[in-house]
Amino acid sequence: MIGGHDSVIVQTAVRLLLPWIRIFGLYVLFHGHSSPGGGFQGGVIFAASYIVLGLALGRRELERCAPERATLQWAAVGALVFFGVGVAALVGGGALLDYGSLPLPVPEGPALRAFGVLLIEIGVFLAVAASLTLIFVRLAKVAEEESA
Amino acid sequence: MSLDLSVLAGEAVYLVAFGLLALGIFALIAHGNLMKKVIGLTIFQTAVILFFVATSAKWQATLPIVPEAGAAGPAAGYMNPLPHALMLTAIVVMVATLGVALALLVRLHRRYGSFEEDDLLDRVE
Amino acid sequence: MSAVLLALCLAIALLLAVATLAAGNLLTAVIVLGAYSLVLSLLWAAMGAVDVAFTEATVGAGISTVLLLVALLHTSARRVAPVPVARWLGVAAAALLAAVLFWAAPDLPRFGDPASAPNRHVSPRYLEAGLAETGAPNIVTGVLGDYRGYDTLIETVVIFTAALGCWMLLSRRPG
Repeated sequence: MIGGHDSVIVQTAVRLLLPWIRIFGLYVLFHGHSSPGGGFQGGVIFAASYIVLGLALGRRELERCAPERATLQWAAVGALVFFGVGVAALVGGGALLDYGSLPLPVPEGPALRAFGVLLIEIGVFLAVAASLTLIFVRLAKVAEEESA
Repeated sequence: MSLDLSVLAGEAVYLVAFGLLALGIFALIAHGNLMKKVIGLTIFQTAVILFFVATSAKWQATLPIVPEAGAAGPAAGYMNPLPHALMLTAIVVMVATLGVALALLVRLHRRYGSFEEDDLLDRVE
Repeated sequence: MSAVLLALCLAIALLLAVATLAAGNLLTAVIVLGAYSLVLSLLWAAMGAVDVAFTEATVGAGISTVLLLVALLHTSARRVAPVPVARWLGVAAAALLAAVLFWAAPDLPRFGDPASAPNRHVSPRYLEAGLAETGAPNIVTGVLGDYRGYDTLIETVVIFTAALGCWMLLSRRPG
């Protein structure tokens, strides 16, 4: 794993598959509203795309695509998006995380609440995907240093 | 005969969950290897999740996804969604604690060179 | 919900859990743990908990196995000593826990009963008014995001804290 897989077939197949894995992760996120799925599952699938990239193409390529500081920042952005939606509801006049009072140009009622749920699911997606990718990258980097 | 099997299988879910809890506790305390302890902890956590999901099951009921148009039907026709949501949180917390536990294990190994509890206790002094 | 499928999954899951803990090689133990997580996710799908099954399949059988394997890369000494028979504390604790739980088992609500106590108070309201109040046909997403939004907020902070802790624990300085 540290140097990637030897076979060029595996490497090419992974390169071709990666966008589709990510699209599927995003699909699970957006369709979690009306089918099994949601932010957590989609985030984990998105993190899995980075893990398979690391396993097949090597740690250097993974470090290039998902630098550690940036990944940590994405995780923080996810948590902040969630909290930001709650604060926006406060600003709109309701309680924390009361989606009915979000200041958005969407008609009141279930449509506005469903939109609020979608926004927080996006926050959860970012936080989960970035956190799991970061844990893997960290453990892998230490494994490489150990065996060096 | 079919009813008997259903009742038996239903109660067996709770009993297997309790058995897995006991197995996880045994592994956590008795094994000397830290990785085995972490695996025992994972089994313990999944047993708790199994117990909660078992309390939400209903015979002759379907997934907790209601049709968008038309009548939803009585609540007894859908599985109880509340434990499902709580257990989703529990699974994510499970992987979070696994990540931190492995970081601790790896750091201990880097410093003292072993995953075995007895070796570590000797080398720390 | 098929009783035969439930019974089969339960038996296999119990067998795999015992096999994981009895394995003499850490690599074997981790792989069998991945199989155990997958069988458990099948069991939950058989019980109608599809969101939980989806998450366990991706997180438990996927991510957990990979993280354990990466942590195992550190050492080539993967043979595990068999459990010393003198660890009576472990046996005593497990036996005590099992005894208390089995003693309480007859008082649990009957499995699959739609009128049991957990299925009565607030969850019928979630099922009947969920679509109208939250706008989400997937009631579990509605409960997670809307009715129980605070839990999900704190859980997001927990997963971020775990990543931050992992990052800080394994920083560049040796030892």
